[in-house]
Amino acid sequence: MVWVNAIIQGVLLGGLYALFAAGLSLMFGVMRFVNIAHGDFIVVAAYLALTVMVSLGISPWVAVPVVVAVMAATGYLGQRLLLNRVLGKDILPPILVTFGLSIILQNALLETFSADSVRLPAGALETASLTLGDGIAIGILPLAMFATAIGVIAGLQLIFYRTPLGRMLRATSDDAEIVPLMGGNNAHIFAIATGLASAVVGVAGIWLAMRTNFDPAAGPVRLLFAFEAVIIGGLGNIWATLAGGIILGVAQTVGAQIDAGFQILAGHLVFLLILIVKPTGLMPRMTG
Amino acid sequence: MKTLLETRGLTAFYGDFQALFGVGLRVDEGETIAIIGANGAGKSTFLKTLVGIRPNRGQDITFDGQPIGGWPAQRIHKAGLAVVPEGRRLFRSLSVEENLLIGASGGRKGPWTLKAVYDLFPDLVEKRRNPGTALSGGQQQMVAIGRALMSNPRLLLCDEISLGLAPKVVRAIYEAVPLIRGRGTSILVVEQDVSQALAVASRVYCMMEGRVTLTGRPRDLSREEIAQAYFGMEAA
Ligand SMILES: Nc1ncnc2c1ncn2[C@@H]1O[C@H](COP(=O)(O)OP(=O)(O)OP(=O)(O)O)[C@@H](O)[C@H]1O
Ligand SMILES: [Mg+2]
Repeated sequence: MVWVNAIIQGVLLGGLYALFAAGLSLMFGVMRFVNIAHGDFIVVAAYLALTVMVSLGISPWVAVPVVVAVMAATGYLGQRLLLNRVLGKDILPPILVTFGLSIILQNALLETFSADSVRLPAGALETASLTLGDGIAIGILPLAMFATAIGVIAGLQLIFYRTPLGRMLRATSDDAEIVPLMGGNNAHIFAIATGLASAVVGVAGIWLAMRTNFDPAAGPVRLLFAFEAVIIGGLGNIWATLAGGIILGVAQTVGAQIDAGFQILAGHLVFLLILIVKPTGLMPRMTG
Repeated sequence: MKTLLETRGLTAFYGDFQALFGVGLRVDEGETIAIIGANGAGKSTFLKTLVGIRPNRGQDITFDGQPIGGWPAQRIHKAGLAVVPEGRRLFRSLSVEENLLIGASGGRKGPWTLKAVYDLFPDLVEKRRNPGTALSGGQQQMVAIGRALMSNPRLLLCDEISLGLAPKVVRAIYEAVPLIRGRGTSILVVEQDVSQALAVASRVYCMMEGRVTLTGRPRDLSREEIAQAYFGMEAA
């Protein structure tokens, strides 16, 4: 039973990793842009949620949309004003700039919030659970987190495959150079992509804040998990990112079941194994 | 006839390399113009500079009465200048129909709708759900032309739409040209196939090494003149 339990917990944790990964995958998919500060943005969103809900005492029903909207707007403007300037054929400048951003964000968070680790209290939800027969209990919070991940990914899928905006984003991913010849503005489309990714980062940050203790240095590890989920699943396929997150989550919880110290390492090992066996990921993008 | 497009002294550079040396060209409303020239003459560079995906700031380009030099490419597109790019460049993750629809993103109104494109190229109807790149070369070229038409352009630029296609397919595609012009769109084609160009165009420009070397109506040009302008040598 402990194993079944570990696997279930892992699947649910995978939802969080998919939320970490979705924004990274989206930005890479549309712009071939690797955002090294991705994890730090998640942590910024976590602190933002904490500030809005705990320090300002605003109800979650208002706070969640505010956090997501602020992140989306910041993402749009950040892309438009800063990151678009470093996009080009050379992939190194974006990596250097976002690496710098990562360090700046960590230090700014440290100045503002100190190095103490904090958590967003979720009240009675923290301990509520569903009991499924003998010895298996599923926490309401992880379940809601997983449901959120499914909802976010389904929403992204809908936007990408059922709307004119999504059509434009996919076209940009295919061949950005000629998108202006369709009347599209690359600078705006890139910023929309980052805005969307940042909205997902907002959601991910809120869940991170409720699920674990975090501190200003928590970003890079989230980036790593996001990377691993994206690579395991395969680039350019949003459901594959969920699959990647789940595989990573299960590897970690099963690893922890074997030995508490083995949790993170088990995730890395599975990642390496898949990288060796299938470097393009388990479900790579279909190409015509 | 009203002038639709006019360039004077157009230049273009790739780094230190100069690809165009003062190209002058005019398209009047309702005309079909052909640009011919050998590999590397600068034909594609000329089109890319016109539509703004190569820098054209400060260049003397008048389109539909407006100086478009330096405009962003999407603004030039919305002014009614569309291009069928060299090599088609369909979006591979979009279906045929999505490729057509995205051409209408600029929001220009006019006779060209999905239905009108399907009427022009009936072959595409049953392929509408297929990925754009899963078609035969000729059908892909039809999608590329349809995609450009969906923006209801005043002027349609076509870069080597016959390249790599069987003669029968080329003929089928060129049959669309008079139909397109009949709906009020002027056309400028770039062609390496000289006889095709002479057959379709009301006037021809020949380019060589970044310059216009000959221009005139097909019936006024002799084979010798064209060979001279095309290859830069005396015809044997
Ligand atoms: N991206 C580029 N970088 C550097 N030089 C280029 C580039 N594209 C084209 N050129 C050069 O510019 C010149 C004109 O090229 P262009 O593609 O405009 O010719 P073209 O007439 O369209 O030829 P083709 O019939 O082969 O398509 C050539 O000498 C070519 O080598
Ligand atoms: Mg060319």
